[in-house]
This record gives sequence, C-alpha cells and structure tokens, in this order.
Amino acid sequence: MINESRRGFMGKAFGAVAAVGAVGSLVAMKKTWDPLPSVMAAGFTTVDVSKLSDNKLEIAKWQGKPIFLLRFAADMPAVEKRSVKVGEHYYSIMIGLCTHLGCIPAYRDATHDFKCACHGGEFTAAGVHTFGPPPRPLDIPPFSIKDENTIVLGEAGPEYKALIASLSTDSNIA
Amino acid sequence: MAEFEKANSVGEWFDQRLNTSGFWRVMMTEYWIPKNINFLWAMGALLAMMFTLLLVTGIFLLMYYKPDVNMAFDSVNYTIMQEVAYGWLFRNIHGVGASVVFLIIYIHMFTGIYYGSYKKGREMIWLSGMLLFVTFSAEGFSGYMLPWGQMSYWAAYVITEIFGGIPFIGDELVIWIRGNFYVSDATLTRFFMLHVLLIPMAILGAIVFHFYTLRFPHVNNEEGEFFDYKEESEKYLKGDKAHSKVIAFWPDFLSKDFMVITIFMIFFFYLVFYNNDFAMDPVNFDKADGMKTPAHIYPEWYFLWSYEVLRGFFFDIAGISGKSLGLMAFGFAQAIFMLLPWLDRSPMVKPANQRPIFKYWFWFLMADLFILTIFGKLPPTGANAWVGFASSVTFLVLFIALPFLTKIEAKIAGGK
Repeated sequence: MINESRRGFMGKAFGAVAAVGAVGSLVAMKKTWDPLPSVMAAGFTTVDVSKLSDNKLEIAKWQGKPIFLLRFAADMPAVEKRSVKVGEHYYSIMIGLCTHLGCIPAYRDATHDFKCACHGGEFTAAGVHTFGPPPRPLDIPPFSIKDENTIVLGEAGPEYKALIASLSTDSNIA
Repeated sequence: MAEFEKANSVGEWFDQRLNTSGFWRVMMTEYWIPKNINFLWAMGALLAMMFTLLLVTGIFLLMYYKPDVNMAFDSVNYTIMQEVAYGWLFRNIHGVGASVVFLIIYIHMFTGIYYGSYKKGREMIWLSGMLLFVTFSAEGFSGYMLPWGQMSYWAAYVITEIFGGIPFIGDELVIWIRGNFYVSDATLTRFFMLHVLLIPMAILGAIVFHFYTLRFPHVNNEEGEFFDYKEESEKYLKGDKAHSKVIAFWPDFLSKDFMVITIFMIFFFYLVFYNNDFAMDPVNFDKADGMKTPAHIYPEWYFLWSYEVLRGFFFDIAGISGKSLGLMAFGFAQAIFMLLPWLDRSPMVKPANQRPIFKYWFWFLMADLFILTIFGKLPPTGANAWVGFASSVTFLVLFIALPFLTKIEAKIAGGK
C-alpha cells in the first residue's frame, strides 16, 4: 500500500511537470511559426497617382501584395462605396488578389473588367464580382489621401474609414 | 547474464545476440501470404521500392539545394541540373518518381476498394494506408514548392489560401502558416523543413505501422476468402505446398514481387531518361514572381480530381457562397475515403464484379474520378465549369448513397 501511494504520487508529480512542459513547448512552437516582427512592421507604400492614365491598370506593391490602381476614364461611371476620388479623377484602389483563392486577375481594358484565370472569376472595373466563385468584391486596402496626387497605402485615412463604415452599414454588399 | 557458447560462425555470433534466425522466421519465412493473388498484390513492395528511391535521390539533391528565395531556383535549375555530375539524373528520378509513386498509390488504393480489402477486420490496414496517402500528399505538395518556379509559388499560394476558408481564424491561420502575408522566404524554409525531415519521418513511421496492421488480419485474396491460417501454414510447413492456401512472404511472395519491380523499373527509367516532360511543367522553369499569376494554374495530375471538386462549385446555392461550398466539398473529398469501411454496409468481402450493386458504384466512381481529373486541368470556363460542377456533385452523391446501396445489396445477397 505504502509503495503504491508513493508510486501514485510520483506519477502525478511527473504528469504535472510534463503537462506544464508540454503547454510551454506548444506555445513556443506556435510562436516560432508566427511572422517575424520585421514582417509585421512591413510598412507603408506611397503612390503618385499623377502618373496614372485613363483605363490603364497600374500595380503597386504593399505588404507583398499587388495593389490595383485604375483611373476611370470619362465613360466609366464611378461606383458608389467603391470608387475613390483623388483630385479630379475617380480611382479604383483594390488589393489585386481574387477573393476566391488569391490569384491575380487580369484587367481587360476593352471590356472594363477583370478576369481571374485560375477559376474563372470576373470583377467589374470597380472590383465588384459578377461571375464565378469569388465570394465578395476585391478588398480595399487601408489608404489615406495626402494631396491631389499622393496616396499612402497601409494608413487608414478619413476617406478609407468613411468607405469601410458605409460598407458595414450595408450588410448585403454582394 | 545468460551463458554464451563460443560461436562457430559470424551468423551464429549474431544469432546468439540478436536472435536473427528467429526474427527472419517471424518476419519472412513464416509470415503467410494467401496463394490466390495476382500482380496487383505487388504494388505494396513497389511502393516501398519507390519510397526508397525518392529517399536516396532526395539525399543527393539535398547536398546542393538551397532553401532561400534568392538561391533556390538557380540551385535547382543551374547547379543541380547543369553543374553537378548526374545532378539531372537525381532530379529526374526524384521528380518523375514523385509523380509515378502516386500512380502506384492509386492502383494500390483502388485494388483495395475493388477487392473489399478494407473491412471485416482490415479497417486498420485501410486507415493506416489512408494516413500514408495524406502524408505522401503533404510531401508532394511541400516538395513542389522547393524549385521556386512560378507553378511552385502559385500552387503554394492557392493551397495555403484554402485554410483562409476556415471560420473565424482563417485569415490569421494563413499568415501563420506562411510566416508572412504572402508566400515568402519564411514559407519556403519551413516547407523545406517539412519536406526533408518532419514528413519523411512521419511517413517512415506510418509505413512500419501499415506493415504491422497486416500482421493479424492478413492480406486479402482474389476471392475475399477467409480461412484458417494456422491450419494452412501447417500444411505448408509439412511440405504439402500444393494443397496449402498460403505461401511464405520470403522466398515465395517477394520473388514474384521482384519480377513485377523489375518490369516496372524498366518502364520507370524509360520515363526518367526519355519521357520526363510530364513531371517537369514548363511554367515552373520561370522563377517565382508574386506579382504575376500564370495564365492558368493547375496542380500535378494526382491532385487534379480533388482540385476540381474544390472549384466545381462556382456559384452560390441557398445563400452559401460558392467558395464555402467548394471548400466543404474539398474537405469532404479528403476525409471521406477514410470512412469507407463504415460506409460500406454490406458484409460481403468479394471482388466488386461479384457484388450485385457495388460493381456499378465502383465503376461509376472510377469514371467520375477520371472526368474530374481531365476537367481539373482544363480552364474553368463555359461548359467546362458545368461539367466540373456535375462531376463534383456526382462525387458527393456517390459517397452519400454508398451506405444505402450497400444495405440493399446486403439484403439481396441474404446476408452472405
């Protein structure tokens, strides 16, 4: 009896130490796989929109993601809650990754739309999905308008906040 | 310590210390295999052979490969393919082998399904085999990333993005898996680790376990016949090999396997030397570029059927988005084969052609997987999208219907 209770105590003590060790190890392993601080801090991208021309897609890079910048031509109507007015012109500012599985859709300037080659998704020039598996319009990155020619990606300015606020009040965007 | 006599030979010296003769007897000369089998039963030994080949060529590639986004592409396409003596050979064997090993896995798997080798005591054989299929798939996927070509990059991108569909934690999970917001150096080095260490270790363990699961239920045979192994093996040991229903693993069974391996190796090295294009996608000879998606992304041929199930649902149904439906169907397709022993409600262990209903189910499944594979490679536009949708739905329906069909079959057969 005495031996068994001693053995039982040793078992429980080992179990407790092992459990603490196991939890600690799992936390450390999980954190080792986290993105590094330098990655998380990957900062801001400044874009000069005066270099853009009508109906011609330019792609900027922000946090390793392609950002679509498209200046609307006069015959392309601005889309409420999606188009951004900087200076004289309306623009699409969107993360250029298909909301289905992250391929980069190609812009077809003749038809004013985007076509994703991977799974056939289609978006309008304003990034609204019109065909295929994409579940939502192209995402809009945080941006702020500095002056009539300059925007900064990664910084949430008042125009961006207004845009996001108007989206969240309308739950049926799709 | 036990008394040891002076050994008269090297063999005896080891036998005294390791009981090598006993081990050999248990593992080889008295491990019993049914006599009533055909060449399809050689796929297991063939897979062990292929795994060894992949392991050895992998070790040689490892000596020159550099897991770094700036060096990986050149270390494969320049250093290994052009500078290292016979580097091209090791790469071709590794690349072609990775593709062909899945062909053999599928033959092995569908042989098991055709002959009902997954039920009535053989459930663990099936489950451990499916575990190997999953680990081989992970190995194939992680290895495909390493040459750091365009297809490597975008396959990695699309497949890691799939985890984003998991509710609540999806977006954070994708970043965690990649170690960055996009597929990057951190992603390459961690998948390199998985490919050369963690997954191969898991595979080795799973192979040993898979062999062990065969020990007690024994290998199935062509007629699904159950018999007394003790009685039959005694007949064999007494010398009545003609009337015994079993043969020894060695030398009887393995010598036939070696014949199949010999023929297969001639075919395999023909592919390695003269016809290796199918395993070397031309798109992957462009260096990875995160800012440029190739016009058309597709996985290697062995993932095409599940890829097609993933993208088959391209429109919303009942308020659920096409993306969510695709992901659910994809998850279903990955998991459902595991449950086969419990979905098949018929107690019959017979080849499919002797089962009144299962034979149709089996060949329907084969045809559907064939169509999914073909359309998985085609661009998902117009009519192709609809064929993909129909064949994806057919896949789901086949597995949902299986318990009911086999229940009916059990009644027809009168519980035989």
